[in-house]
Amino acid sequence: MPQSADKVLDHAPLFREPEYTEMLENKKINYECGHPDQLVQEIGDWTKSWEYREKNLAREAATINPAKACQPLGAVFAGAGYEKTMSFVHGSQGCVAYYRSHLSRHFKEPSSCVSSSMTEDAAVFGGLVNMVDGLANTKALYDPEMIAVSTTCMAEVIGDDLNSFIIQAKEKGSVEADFDVPYAHTPAFVGSHVDGYDNMQKGILSHFWDKAESRTESESINIIPGFDGFAVGNVRELKRILAEMGIADFTILSDVSDVYDTPSDGEFRMYSGGTKLADVPTALNAKATVSLQEYCTPKTLSYCKDKGQETAAFHYPMGVKGTDEFLMKLSELSGKEIPESLRLERGRLIDAMADSQAYLHGKTYAIYGDPDFVFAMAAFIMETGGEPRHCLATNGSKAWAKKMEDLLASSPFGKECQVWAGKDLWHMRSFLNTEPVDFLIGNSYGKYLERDTGTPLLRLAFPIFDRHHHHRFPTMFYQGTLTVLVKMLDLIFDKYDLDTIDPGVTDYSYDLTR
Amino acid sequence: MAKDHASGPEDYESLIEQVLEAYPAKAKKKRTKHLQVSQPDPEGDPDPATGIASKCDTTKSNIKSIPGVMTVRGCAYAGSKGVVWGPVKDMVHISHGPVGCGQYSWSQRRNYYIGKTGVDSFVTMQFTTDFQEKDIVFGGDKKLGKMIDELEELFPLSKGTTIQSECPIGLIGDDIEAVARQKNKEHNKTMVPVRCEGFRGVSQSLGHHIANDAVRDWVYEKGDGGAAKEYEPGEYDVNVIGDYNIGGDAWASRILLEEMGLNVVGNWSGDATLAEMERAPKAKLNLIHCYRSMNYICRYMEEKYGIGWMEYNFFGPTQIAASLRAIAEKFDDKIKENAEKVIAKYQPLVDAVNAKYGPRLEGKSVMLYVGGLRPRHVVTAYDDLGMKVVGTGYEFGHGDDYKRTGHYVKDGTLIYDDVTGYELEKFIEGIRPDLVGSGIKEKYPVQKMGIPFRQMHSWDYSGPYHGYDGYAIFARDMDLAINNPVWGMYDAPWKKPEAIAAE
Repeated sequence: MPQSADKVLDHAPLFREPEYTEMLENKKINYECGHPDQLVQEIGDWTKSWEYREKNLAREAATINPAKACQPLGAVFAGAGYEKTMSFVHGSQGCVAYYRSHLSRHFKEPSSCVSSSMTEDAAVFGGLVNMVDGLANTKALYDPEMIAVSTTCMAEVIGDDLNSFIIQAKEKGSVEADFDVPYAHTPAFVGSHVDGYDNMQKGILSHFWDKAESRTESESINIIPGFDGFAVGNVRELKRILAEMGIADFTILSDVSDVYDTPSDGEFRMYSGGTKLADVPTALNAKATVSLQEYCTPKTLSYCKDKGQETAAFHYPMGVKGTDEFLMKLSELSGKEIPESLRLERGRLIDAMADSQAYLHGKTYAIYGDPDFVFAMAAFIMETGGEPRHCLATNGSKAWAKKMEDLLASSPFGKECQVWAGKDLWHMRSFLNTEPVDFLIGNSYGKYLERDTGTPLLRLAFPIFDRHHHHRFPTMFYQGTLTVLVKMLDLIFDKYDLDTIDPGVTDYSYDLTR
Repeated sequence: MAKDHASGPEDYESLIEQVLEAYPAKAKKKRTKHLQVSQPDPEGDPDPATGIASKCDTTKSNIKSIPGVMTVRGCAYAGSKGVVWGPVKDMVHISHGPVGCGQYSWSQRRNYYIGKTGVDSFVTMQFTTDFQEKDIVFGGDKKLGKMIDELEELFPLSKGTTIQSECPIGLIGDDIEAVARQKNKEHNKTMVPVRCEGFRGVSQSLGHHIANDAVRDWVYEKGDGGAAKEYEPGEYDVNVIGDYNIGGDAWASRILLEEMGLNVVGNWSGDATLAEMERAPKAKLNLIHCYRSMNYICRYMEEKYGIGWMEYNFFGPTQIAASLRAIAEKFDDKIKENAEKVIAKYQPLVDAVNAKYGPRLEGKSVMLYVGGLRPRHVVTAYDDLGMKVVGTGYEFGHGDDYKRTGHYVKDGTLIYDDVTGYELEKFIEGIRPDLVGSGIKEKYPVQKMGIPFRQMHSWDYSGPYHGYDGYAIFARDMDLAINNPVWGMYDAPWKKPEAIAAE
């Protein structure tokens, strides 16, 4: 009998016990009617070939293992970053269960969000009643200061009009006429979660800004972080940098850092921190709005520009140059000098890169994730003397690909890199099999590529389900880049050790000091 | 503050009243019918295994969730793709529509399987038509057909394809059945269109039913018999229905059935192949674990092929033994003797597990909120450990589930159907159990309150929990959740409890 109370075997060892391996072998032979092992082996080998890669790249209709999610997820994430705000997604209720689960699995935190629970009758008659009842119930039960409404694809397909529905709901007394109910249409069949983020940000800003009669420019700066799995660490790091710079007059538009990082002290905080609602209307007066992630904010920035603000956009300020440019922009906008303390931080990052350059130089990488992240990661890798070889964003556009190509052309380390806009992780499998790299950078789904191609994976993109707490530490700016550098080096050194650990065979190179 | 409430018997009736106070009138009226305390049932026959007879079948269930209340429920797509079809390992399951549904459900149910993923098995992959605006406007049938052709090229060893409809499909008038018929002819492989659009029905439950009907219509009625044609049935052939092999549950169950001399010719649908489904009608008996999600196909097989079915429960030694004996009753003396041998063989393991963990768990109270089976099925496993379930409820149970629940929970248990986030938090705060068992969305709020928690959908990435081997893991997991030192560190030592409470 394999199991015992003394040493309880978990699933992994339990099912390797002879009783189970024999049982599973019998199941396979007698009942499964599978293909012969040899054929499975042959086809498996064939999937690693160039011939297969060509078939795989010829796909026009099938998407397999994409690295993107749908719009409402981004909208829920953006809404969560405002003070006492409940996200309310109008449409089918299963979607909301999915967003909440997805965010909770990544952050290991509560994720609150409600649905208007539309079913067949609402598909026929529209979801007005659901909106009317839903807003009232949400307000009564969860006492939010603001309800941010977005849509599932069901509500979009039947054409529910959020603006009209919210007005009618207010007329029927669901919530007070002056209660803040910003909204954004977030069709899942357009763009991805980064566009949902953009739409909701624009929805919230226009809700507060469009009613203002005039704009009186102030010295304040708005900063939009963008959709980011590391937002908890990154937004806090951003605030620290602003303090170092002596910039006190700023508004972070959607600050999830306290939302997805509440303490365990006996109290469940449905709401925590977030952008103060009182600060949102006055953010209209800011002289500038800066986006940390351009591809998360095209519509929002264009809206800010129309309102008369200066705008600037970055691609996930990570790496030396990425951070330099961001700080110089902050300095320019605020009129504050970049302090010596940040120059020293920069120097420490460079110091670490110099200390480890021998191990970083010439390493090859495949990178995937959201467009801004992939850009930043490729740029930083080139700064370390590493070579990006495959850069993939399922939600990357042609314009993104062009921008990536320009970046890669700017460095000798980018010469051999291929950019894959709109491709998925099954394509990536073919790339890694036919043109292998030393390391893969992506999210938890990349573990299947690690298994299938033997490429060690570094998890730096959303979502990360199978490693805990990394999101609590920054990946942006000098300090965050240092964290990323250490993670890269750990992976590199682990590989060196793994490759030399065989006693009496390879362990002559199992060096104590590296 | 929540964590400073004393645990113990509360007046659950007034707790319900208190919680309902927060609702607007219309919602309050509706929610009242879903919340109750189980009553004694003096006329009912006590359950032979548990000796319990209580009543909670007056709880309203399987009706629409109220908008805006934070229901925990999912949708029909989750019930079909996520639960019933997704685990069938040698078929490709297309999430037909926009990208999200397939993405969020990708690899999340832990349906273990043996196979070469991407070559002859496809469970932990995300196939989607990734609908764009033009597909909504012009329809997606062409894209779907083309995708099936492409998959045929890239995955020649797949045994067939299922089409899992997302919300837009039913709204834009696509004819996925026509595509399935056409592709079935062209590729000579099983094609199964499933109309499990998320807006259908009130929860995952209708998705289970639709998925069961799709097995009936597209594997049996339209199929050519497949693996069944060649198969010579044996007198001890059984199917296990409604075991999704979460963390290996079905394997820890199969081993017991085989040890007592039965042949499990099909397991639905964890680690299943299409052949196992095709062959099922030749078995002698259907053994159903998750009644809620798969009773439909059992009833169909009974009617059409004359196969009997029975429910069983492999959570905890009391129910395992009772189930093994009940199953054996359907067969000859040899099987009956074997069942006794199996029970005897594992008794020392059960005794050792109870001796080790019982004293650490004795008297601890538990609140459950799970799907359609476990809110009742695991109750007696907790009893086996000396623990007490004080509250339980179903996300998507029906009347027949609540009726069956009366054989598991003692009277005086708090019952909540389709509980809202608000209600569950208030109930937990009021009762302050020693453990809560529910899902990922509930896990972190509960833990913030200082209450130990185990996910009872995914086994919190552990398992199996079925069978005797699983019982040891179940006991160990409940112990490690409840008796971890972290729960004692929530208060900063320099802060007096009054000061915290005053905040």
